[in-house]
Amino acid sequence: MSRINRRRFIRAGLATGAAIAATRCSAPVAQAPSGTPNNPAQGPEVITNQIKDVVIRTVGTGAAQSNDIRIQAEKDLGFKIQMRALSTAEVIQIGITQPKQYDIFDGEFFSLPLVIPSGNLQAIDVSRLSQFDAITPIFTTGELAPGAKVNTSQGTAPRKVMFLKDQNSTEFATDPTNWATIIPYQYGADTLGYRPDLVGRKIESWAELFNPEFRGKTSLLDIPSIGIMDAAMIIEAQGLMTFEDKGSMTREELDKVTRILIEQKQAGQFRAFWKSFDESVNFMSSGEVIVQSMWSPAVTAVKARGLPCIYAPLKEGYRGWGGGLGLSKNLSGIQLDAAYEYLNWVLDGWLGGFLSRQGYYSATPSTARKFMKPEEWDFWYEGKTAAIDIVDPYGKTIDAAGAVRDGGNFDERVSNIVCWNSFMNEQVYLVYKWTEFVVA
Amino acid sequence: MQISSKDLRPYLLVAPQTLTFLFALVLPIMAIVIISFWDFNGFTSVPGFTFNNYLGIFSSPVYLKTYLNTFKFAFLVWLVCVLISYPVAYYLAFRIKSSKWQTIWFLICTVPFLTSNIIRMISWIPFLGREGLINKALIGLHLTNQPVEMFLFSDFSVVLAMVHLYALFMVAPIFNSMMRIDRALISAAEDLGASSFNIQKRIIMPLAAPGVAIGTIFVVTLVMGEFATMRLMSGGKASSVGYLIKNQIDSLQYPMAAANAVVLLAITLLIVFGILRIVDIRKQI
Repeated sequence: MSRINRRRFIRAGLATGAAIAATRCSAPVAQAPSGTPNNPAQGPEVITNQIKDVVIRTVGTGAAQSNDIRIQAEKDLGFKIQMRALSTAEVIQIGITQPKQYDIFDGEFFSLPLVIPSGNLQAIDVSRLSQFDAITPIFTTGELAPGAKVNTSQGTAPRKVMFLKDQNSTEFATDPTNWATIIPYQYGADTLGYRPDLVGRKIESWAELFNPEFRGKTSLLDIPSIGIMDAAMIIEAQGLMTFEDKGSMTREELDKVTRILIEQKQAGQFRAFWKSFDESVNFMSSGEVIVQSMWSPAVTAVKARGLPCIYAPLKEGYRGWGGGLGLSKNLSGIQLDAAYEYLNWVLDGWLGGFLSRQGYYSATPSTARKFMKPEEWDFWYEGKTAAIDIVDPYGKTIDAAGAVRDGGNFDERVSNIVCWNSFMNEQVYLVYKWTEFVVA
Repeated sequence: MQISSKDLRPYLLVAPQTLTFLFALVLPIMAIVIISFWDFNGFTSVPGFTFNNYLGIFSSPVYLKTYLNTFKFAFLVWLVCVLISYPVAYYLAFRIKSSKWQTIWFLICTVPFLTSNIIRMISWIPFLGREGLINKALIGLHLTNQPVEMFLFSDFSVVLAMVHLYALFMVAPIFNSMMRIDRALISAAEDLGASSFNIQKRIIMPLAAPGVAIGTIFVVTLVMGEFATMRLMSGGKASSVGYLIKNQIDSLQYPMAAANAVVLLAITLLIVFGILRIVDIRKQI
């Protein structure tokens, strides 16, 4: 009775198996996206001379993997595009471990120190891109204007990982070359968002997130590598610490930041932490949280619900992020030609206009401008008062005529990026310390 | 030597199940065990053999706390599930006499499970929040002036959501056990003058115990592996081993995640074996 015999062992195994199966089934799995083993993509088995038979598969985060973009691109280019929208972490994982699952990798710059050494991306010949010169210098030289804060920004700045030494190298070049890692198309300057109606005054410093006035009504981003940078911005703004490089902290710095974070958590400063875009929108629109670190389109989404929300211009500057498209090493022949055509289309301006209307910036503002109304351009890029109602790409009015974009014009906003989303050398220790913070 | 088709038959019959388990369970777990001994150089996993991943788990107060937190939730959810499910199952099995109505009521118990578990979880948020229904009602009734914040993004909301998600896994096996209890036993006990408390204590509870055991296995294994509910309902303010593993996978730290998965699996299996030693569930299957 007390011994575990074979029969009982099998039974226990079955019960565990059933339980595991139940857990797996109850996991929040949406329908398998196309291109996965459960829903295989129609791989281009037969390569013909006709580009219309080509299918280009992209893998990327939610923002740019939208149906409207796919339909427009297919219409303009004449071949098929399959998009897979995943979380930032999943995109990096697939980028590194499943190179056969994508033709185009739509990832963030900070993932490149991980993805490039895997050798899964091929160098992009920038001379094949007609609009390459229209790309803003933030990505190429890193200099926007003389003396701008962004020129010396910390973290994995795009300029540090944008180019390879030569076609077959996996080493980053310090200066622009003919061989790019990824072609940027979208980026932004992240900051704190707040509800002016519930806060009752202006928020002008990162330090406000730890202000006892907002106890129990603040939130921070629960993605360790980004959350820790926001925390560093706050702590630096409070004057408690200074950092050599917020994008690559030392163990001592991580210890100290975590200690401060835990103190704040135990004092009840945070209402909750958010991990996904829609969580941050829900926190803000339900009033559970009145000031939090936020992404630009999330502010737009709160506004689209008719609630006031400000994307605060902060005196310490912003945390920047940027994403772009890389080519799989498996591409060749007509497939590769099609992929280059897609890159050219991305830089051509339609996509830039589409993303600009959601609050992102286009990597090629001059081409995006051609696809925007002059009033829209003035509002989104020039920081001028909206002359017409501002409508997002899905037809929702997000700002009435007379509104002004938070943070001023493009140059003002982008030149105040002081650090970029990063991959730290102490990443393992960072995740460990973040866990300590979460369980504290 | 001639092998008749009759000799082969049992092997053929077990083959599909065996192969499924081999490829879908045994091999993946072996892969996880192997990777748990690999090295991680800060960027990628490197094949090797090191105990560091395990030493890290057992020597760190942070991980210890995460494990204890997971046990705490497993225990709380289990306790509440038993307290709710036992009376429900008892009512279904003994108080409702017509088998048609038993079926109908049991199906009603399963109604919440017809929607996705994420939706069920998220639907609690507008209910429990600061501006939520409960707080609006409490303020409207002048029971409180300030909204009560502990309803949402707290241990309370995590336990509530998990009980909501998993109670049926407890109700069903207990109900099943109770339906197998010979009604003549109860009539006999009544004839001999046993009080309803005594009937409960000396007949129904012992005979329903295997059902509780099976339910416990389901609920405990489900909660031990939880990460989505824990994150959403605690607002990221509490962690479980499952969530720790997810964070490690997201940072590509597969060897550490694998080591945690192996430890979690071992602990969960120990719990299951413990339960099987105490209660004989053979009769129920």
